[in-house]
Amino acid sequence: MEQTNFQLKKQDAQSHEWDARLHRATRATRKDWIGRGISYLCIGVIILVVASMLWFITSKGIATFTQNHVSLWKFLSGTNWAPDQGNIGALPMIVGSFAVTFAAAIVATPFAVGTAIFMTEISPNKGRKVLQPVIELLVGIPSVVYGFIGLAVVVPFMRHLVGGSGFGIISATFVLFVMVLPTITTMTVDSLRAVPRHYKEASLALGATRWQTVSRVILRSATPGILTAVIFGMARAFGEALAVQMVIGNAAIMPKNLISPASTLTSQLTTGIGDTIDGTLPNNALWSLALILLLMSLFFNALVRFIAKRGQLKNGR
Amino acid sequence: MLKQYSFEKTAVQTFPDNVSLAMRTENLQVFYGANHAMHDADLGFPKNQITALIGASGSGKSTYLRSLNRMNDNIATVTGKIWYHGVDINEPNVNIYEIRRHIGMVFQRPNPFAKSIRENIVYALKANGIKGKAELEERVETSLKGAALWDEVKDSLDKSALALSGGQQQRLCIARSIAMEPDVLLLDEPCSALDPISTVKVEETLLELQKKYSIIIVTHNMQQAARVSSQCAFFHLGHVMEYTPTATMFSNPQIPVTQDYISGSFG
Ligand SMILES: Nc1ncnc2c1ncn2[C@@H]1O[C@H](COP(=O)(O)OP(=O)(O)OP(=O)(O)O)[C@@H](O)[C@H]1O
Ligand SMILES: [Mg+2]
Repeated sequence: MEQTNFQLKKQDAQSHEWDARLHRATRATRKDWIGRGISYLCIGVIILVVASMLWFITSKGIATFTQNHVSLWKFLSGTNWAPDQGNIGALPMIVGSFAVTFAAAIVATPFAVGTAIFMTEISPNKGRKVLQPVIELLVGIPSVVYGFIGLAVVVPFMRHLVGGSGFGIISATFVLFVMVLPTITTMTVDSLRAVPRHYKEASLALGATRWQTVSRVILRSATPGILTAVIFGMARAFGEALAVQMVIGNAAIMPKNLISPASTLTSQLTTGIGDTIDGTLPNNALWSLALILLLMSLFFNALVRFIAKRGQLKNGR
Repeated sequence: MLKQYSFEKTAVQTFPDNVSLAMRTENLQVFYGANHAMHDADLGFPKNQITALIGASGSGKSTYLRSLNRMNDNIATVTGKIWYHGVDINEPNVNIYEIRRHIGMVFQRPNPFAKSIRENIVYALKANGIKGKAELEERVETSLKGAALWDEVKDSLDKSALALSGGQQQRLCIARSIAMEPDVLLLDEPCSALDPISTVKVEETLLELQKKYSIIIVTHNMQQAARVSSQCAFFHLGHVMEYTPTATMFSNPQIPVTQDYISGSFG
């Protein structure tokens, strides 16, 4: 009994010593703290910048409705855009933006998927050695160069082909098509490469042909990834300002056809931004256009997340 | 250091003419580029029997098996002859899709598609031009029954195949293969990813299936080879060293390398 007690006491003393040793700060723990502090600081700054940007655009964007008392409905459905005279109908630009975005995505997707299948399934070697660098190059070209080529080549070509000025939705679509093609292609390639090899083997071992395997197994399992790629392409097209502005003609009127001058939200912003005075209706109206762009980019983001979630569910992960 | 065994001394059985063979290979060699992975394999596979291929890792079992239904096309160079119904199916101009219809394959890792159970089976049938709804339904049922999975999934055919357990997935893969009504079924370590109970189920399924199909199975599990197979081939470093009836191989191995491998004193 005595002895046990004694032992206990000795242990207590020892564990006290360990307690202190295991809790004291060392160089390692201090470094941890500094590292963590720095990264929290960075995150904090970024959050602050993003939040104030969102707040800035939103507050400026809704001033049209709160200060100038333009009705939201009129803004969204009105077709007359003349801010100097108090006419704030943004529909022509909204239609223009959606038209060029969808048209570019619809034209680009088949090309992108076809190229991606070639690069991953038909000729992986040539794909890696020839096509990959070409596509990466295309991604890196600044948009002003695309716009310049559009202005110098596409617009005259359209003028020649269908008459008119050559400026318009179709020229913008063509330029955007070339611009989003590499985006959609690279992301589609990634999603095709991510399809588990064993799906392909299973399909081939069942006597399916290469084409059946590609179309019914590989493309199907890559569908969420391909949709994501298309949405990223659309987001890029929707947000592209400079190149579009150079070829679309910048007439803030409802587009009657694909070959007459039109405008998009972005092109109207870049065109109008210099001539307005802060706090006036014309200036606020431009901020409202910017707000639509912001909301659309949030929407594209949400869509991508939604697809990723659905894809995970479908693949049972 | 791996013990050196002579590749000269082998014990490979051949079958008399009155034994009908599902398949036979003659001087089959496989090269991965410069890597000579399979040397001169001469094996015959009796109809409606299970033949096991055993051997250490890297001995070329999968390489050999995958050659049999031309899954090594574009991956390796395969020379020699593969006789099937009197035709050398290793010739370049045979229709590989047709071959794979008749010679099905099940892989080591269960690999159902991310589709429903039903779709997994229907996929291959549709790919091969079978369309009628009634016929598809019937084949789904018979193949699932054949793979001893029907009772477990008959109420959930439209559920994702990926929600099944590993053992069920593997039996689904077997069902998918036999839905094509092949002659020969190739299985590459079909139980290595499964627990003992699922393994027993798959083995029972195979024993039942050999009445209709000729089966060639690669396995690392010697008890499994002993339990299910009638013939057994032992592979070593890309050579077939011994091929005998399973009972003989396990009770009375013919050459030292097999003796050592089976008694576990290898290398
Ligand atoms: N796709 C491949 N490309 C190149 N070499 C390969 C390939 N597959 C297998 N090999 C080589 O062929 C040899 C035999 O491999 P194989 O996969 O046939 O062995 P195995 O007997 O099936 O082994 P395990 O029991 O581990 O599955 C090995 O040397 C391996 O490195
Ligand atoms: Mg193997």
